[in-house]
Amino acid sequence: MKEETLWYIFLNASLINNFVLAYFLGICPFLGVSGKMETATKMGGAVTFVMIISSVCAYGIHALLVAVNAPFLQLISYIVVIASTVQLVEMFIKKMSPTLFRALGIFLPLITTNCAILGLALFQTNKGYGFVESFVYALGAGAGFTLALVLIAGLREQLNLADVPNVVKGTALTLLIAGILSLTFMGFAGLGSQ
Amino acid sequence: MSDQSVKKGESGFLATLKGSPSTDEFIKGLWKDNPVFVQVLGMCPVLAVSNTAINALAMGLATTFVMLMSNILVSSLRNFIPKQVRIASYILIIATFVTITDYMIAFISVELHKALGAFISLIVVNCLILSRAEAFASKNTIGKSILDALGMGVGFTFALFCLGAVREILGNGTFFDMAILPGSFQEWIVMILPAGGFFTLAIWLLIFNAAKAKKATA
Repeated sequence: MKEETLWYIFLNASLINNFVLAYFLGICPFLGVSGKMETATKMGGAVTFVMIISSVCAYGIHALLVAVNAPFLQLISYIVVIASTVQLVEMFIKKMSPTLFRALGIFLPLITTNCAILGLALFQTNKGYGFVESFVYALGAGAGFTLALVLIAGLREQLNLADVPNVVKGTALTLLIAGILSLTFMGFAGLGSQ
Repeated sequence: MSDQSVKKGESGFLATLKGSPSTDEFIKGLWKDNPVFVQVLGMCPVLAVSNTAINALAMGLATTFVMLMSNILVSSLRNFIPKQVRIASYILIIATFVTITDYMIAFISVELHKALGAFISLIVVNCLILSRAEAFASKNTIGKSILDALGMGVGFTFALFCLGAVREILGNGTFFDMAILPGSFQEWIVMILPAGGFFTLAIWLLIFNAAKAKKATA
């Protein structure tokens, strides 16, 4: 396999293999909070932040677990780190912006069970990324997640004005849009390969 | 865990088996509260590993196993876990069983383990399991929790299988790796691709919604 440049890692995580549209990670918040543009952007920001912290921590934990030869603890320690980071972000947002705190509602603590974050930690371990690479990978994944969320939110805001049959309204419609977006993102395949 | 609580759970189990509501706990997961089609929970594995029927089935069974075990443990410890740290404790319990499942699948079939990849580990963050632990097992007896987990698990597996079968037949022309469509059939490659997952699920949801709307007007 060829050497991956940092730029390629970023492109790969954000566009080519977008976490939401190609790996199906983080679908729950994707369907849940994508109704409004403003909430979507902030949710994206919060998730990106948690991703970066937990990705850096996961790198450290992996090194430690390899040193003490206990790979079966990997999953448990990752999830603990993610849960505590989310708790931290929750306290931070509650203090800084109570309005945003209410807007995100139940989806804020649910970032813990956002598969995109645990998926990121597991993928970077499988790929054997180093410290800087992990950081860039998390940044790309966060950017990709936010991009997908904002795109869907924009489309859904427009669709609120359209006359949609009752049966299609809700999740089914969002999934159809997501499918079309996913097709569009396939156009990015091959980007960045020399 | 004391012996007493286990005994109490067992007698509760027998009692619920005799009473009629026990079947409700099981049936509701299959249809009325189907985790995928009605509650729309646990979407990530549903979409990601439903590209073939066998993957979908394996994923459904693994999830059911984790849900069953974690429901049993959460339910039996429900009087001992402090309220403030309950979510963290549930996640730790779930993570333990997922680790066990992960090693078990690797032992049974290396090929399957490779096909499911990171998605076995990602069962930890399946919102469905945590929501059953929080909404049901933490408030009910062991017997009821077992039935609830089995019902939800079978409902989840059924939904995954519905998606996997459609995607494999249309996208590959096969069903459980056996060719069932004539050779002249042009495969719909899009069905195996990520986009196909979204489309298939959307169409299943449409069918469910239409059936519900028809029932409401009838």
